[in-house]
Amino acid sequence: MAKSILRLTVNGSGREDAVPANMLLVDYLREVAGLTGTKIGCDGGECGACTVLVDGRSRLSCISLAHTCAGRQVETVEGCATDGRLSLVQKGFHEKLGSQCGYCTPGMIMAASGLLRRNPRPSEAEIRAALSGNICRCTGYVKIIEAVQAAAEGTT
Amino acid sequence: MSTPDKKPMVGRRAPLVDGIEKVSGRAMYTADLDHRGALVGRILRSPHSHAELLGVDVSKARALPGVVAVITGDDCDKPYGILPIAQNEYPLARDRVRYRGEPVAAVAAVDQKTAEEALRLICLEVRELPAYYEAGKARQPGAVDLHDDRPGNLEREIHHEFGEVDAGLSAADVVREESYDCAEVTHVHMEPHAALADYDAERDRITLHSVTQVPFYVHLRVAQCLDMDESRIRVIKPFIGGGFGARTETLNFEIVACLLARAAKGKVRIKLSREETALTHRGRPRTGIKLKIGMTREGKLTACACEVEQTGGAYGGYGIVTILYAGALLNAIYDIPAVRYDGYRVYTNTPACGAMRGHGTVDVRHAFECLLDTMATELGLDPFKVRRLNLLEAPTRTINDLAVESYGLPECLDWIEAASGWNVRKGALPPNTGLGIACSHYVSGAAKPVHWTGEPHAVVNLKLDFDGGITILTGAADIGQGSSTILAQVVGEVLGLDFDRLTVIANDSRITPKDNGSYSSRVTFMVGNAALQAAERLKAVLVAAAARKLEAKPEDIECLGETYRVAGGQDSGIPFKDVVSEALVDTGTITVKGTFTVPREYQGGKFRGAGVGPSMAYSYSATAAEVSVDEVTGRVTVDKVWVAHDCGFAINPLSVEGQVQGAVWMGLGQALSEETRYVAGLPVGPNILDYRVPTIVESPDIEVKIVETLDPGGPFGAKEASEGALSSILPAIANAVHDATGIRLTETPLTPDRVMTALVKQERAAKQANSRGAA
Repeated sequence: MAKSILRLTVNGSGREDAVPANMLLVDYLREVAGLTGTKIGCDGGECGACTVLVDGRSRLSCISLAHTCAGRQVETVEGCATDGRLSLVQKGFHEKLGSQCGYCTPGMIMAASGLLRRNPRPSEAEIRAALSGNICRCTGYVKIIEAVQAAAEGTT
Repeated sequence: MSTPDKKPMVGRRAPLVDGIEKVSGRAMYTADLDHRGALVGRILRSPHSHAELLGVDVSKARALPGVVAVITGDDCDKPYGILPIAQNEYPLARDRVRYRGEPVAAVAAVDQKTAEEALRLICLEVRELPAYYEAGKARQPGAVDLHDDRPGNLEREIHHEFGEVDAGLSAADVVREESYDCAEVTHVHMEPHAALADYDAERDRITLHSVTQVPFYVHLRVAQCLDMDESRIRVIKPFIGGGFGARTETLNFEIVACLLARAAKGKVRIKLSREETALTHRGRPRTGIKLKIGMTREGKLTACACEVEQTGGAYGGYGIVTILYAGALLNAIYDIPAVRYDGYRVYTNTPACGAMRGHGTVDVRHAFECLLDTMATELGLDPFKVRRLNLLEAPTRTINDLAVESYGLPECLDWIEAASGWNVRKGALPPNTGLGIACSHYVSGAAKPVHWTGEPHAVVNLKLDFDGGITILTGAADIGQGSSTILAQVVGEVLGLDFDRLTVIANDSRITPKDNGSYSSRVTFMVGNAALQAAERLKAVLVAAAARKLEAKPEDIECLGETYRVAGGQDSGIPFKDVVSEALVDTGTITVKGTFTVPREYQGGKFRGAGVGPSMAYSYSATAAEVSVDEVTGRVTVDKVWVAHDCGFAINPLSVEGQVQGAVWMGLGQALSEETRYVAGLPVGPNILDYRVPTIVESPDIEVKIVETLDPGGPFGAKEASEGALSSILPAIANAVHDATGIRLTETPLTPDRVMTALVKQERAAKQANSRGAA
């Protein structure tokens, strides 16, 4: 597959890479950019573990071509912390045990971060709706909702 | 001088010690590890359910540029399996394939595309055999045996009788019998299977990173299948994205990765797709249960007879243990004077079943709690009353020789009764909504290990060095359940130290002591006890050092964690770091060990099959579910769950809540929607969407009450918290559906079509009764 130059911003830094036209965003992030925080949990679009933000909106990176993000801002879980300190959403997931095995966590955190950016005080139903494409097999979701609520209240 | 406030380490709602790695994306799972220079490993899977394998032609695949190694069943003639007595599986099929999806060959190539192209070039020559997808068909006379040494496709049959069952049933006022059919379910851990094997040809050594819950068992089986000395193998468990039992035995891809790496003389990474992960399976078998219960008019149990048939799949795996658990844990929850159990584990041409959360007990508990509810309704007895009438009194020993030392079921029942508003709300809810309850229990570690080596059941090492940091070395596999955090809390509590002085290293066979692994909810109890002993031994060393430094007797030394001083003295004492420096004089780095062994009297009775079921402690749960049933679609919605769990003592209440919620929710999925389905042995929908794992939208609030009974054998009184609650939610939901609609479903999951069918049937019966009445 022919490669062409992809220019985009990942976690605030500009990048330029020669990327095949058929490369998925998740493979670009994991294999080219070395950002393995974004996970693959299924065979395409089933589980939400690969959720990233593209221009602030949740996107499944396992069913997005990398080149569709040309010129855009891509954010992954590695970009959430500021000066090495966890974001409120990350802190919420850590302190409220919204993360057990941790495999769905990066996707959950990105989906929740996207939600709180456009709706800083979501209702429980809005949290459920925003995370409806993210499967977790450990928590039963109860503490995930608490984690997002704590982040929204900034009280973790 | 006042004692500085010490926040206890146990009983603290502590976030996970490895939680920051998980939320920051720094946690490295197997597929995230450095794989520079690694070849891509891919597995060719059988398209046949049952066939003689006459030939596997790999010549074209071998000739493809970019292919470095191709292996088949010829490359490994050593069978493996988790149980030493039931090893009948090869990493790559030899002579016969027994299910669609069984590995038959594997390729290591420079990239994914080449590897897949090579798979397409492999030709199989087979002679098809009749295939059986249901236990009944596999057991029919004349059926071809999947395994020559198991005539009639019966892997194992069990016949146990304790007490006088027939007499008990005769003495009963009411005897009822019902059949239940619980669908096969699977784990769907979020991380697909993966393995990274690195073969050092110069030294003939292998390092394997894999997704296992049982690194030690993987170590043994890799050595066995590669015919290598165990010392040449190193097994490392990175971060693990869940397990739930799927990874409690060595899995084919782990051995295949090692075989490929050796054949390719290098590094091979295998990442299974979600579909392949589903095919690897090892889930809970489809279980048919025929249950008979005898009861007095007042609700006292007189006897129980239970027949269980499990559709086990193509290979042994944990099968014998599963069918034994199903019978053994009919006991140790209620006082039943007589119990008969007939169990049949059957081979079929489907992916092999194995251990899944609540191993062996879930479907039988579902049947029991449903029939109990049915009989209570018939006798006009409150479901709480029936259960309270049949409680055990700890300490006690059951008729099948299980020791119950602590028993919090009464408190669990009290709490869910109050929290759910049972006495006010039951019967007063709007139409098509209902309340149901059920109870369950589980072992806190199987008292008999899989390998009877005579070694302790758990070993923990502690290392204390010049820097004043303590490293906890454990082979216990943290798979997300938080076992590393629990061990840090136990050690910290004994030494009076907080997390910042503690580091847990788990698990690397070169560094950490051997551990049997994370299964049967054994880690908190067994490894926790080993950690407790290790910490006490380290404390003794530190106290002795402080005594030397303070010129006092060790028995007069008071350990305050960061300070050691003479008890009752005026002196402010010496800081921890000085105690450490003193302790290191002449000896250097300090290493202490703690061990734990389940005493013989807890390891079970003397009958055949007595080794499965015994534990030093049992957890107890009671669950109430509130449901609503859509009478137009048949869809069941669980609106709220209240669950009380007796975990002995919550070393980490935050973690206990999380485990109990997760267990209850996993059972909820099995109750409502989860089911593996096969058409002619071909899995239908081996993916997360079609399998129907519940999403956040349809998952209810789950309110947890922790009941603490302080078990005499557990570390600080702790018992298990990860599995026991699961079994109670299925019957609680089924009983609530009956309360809501009047229908009793005997199949799981309670899908809309099953509910609808039952509702229509009920309506027709009512109409017929009416018309007969009118006539």
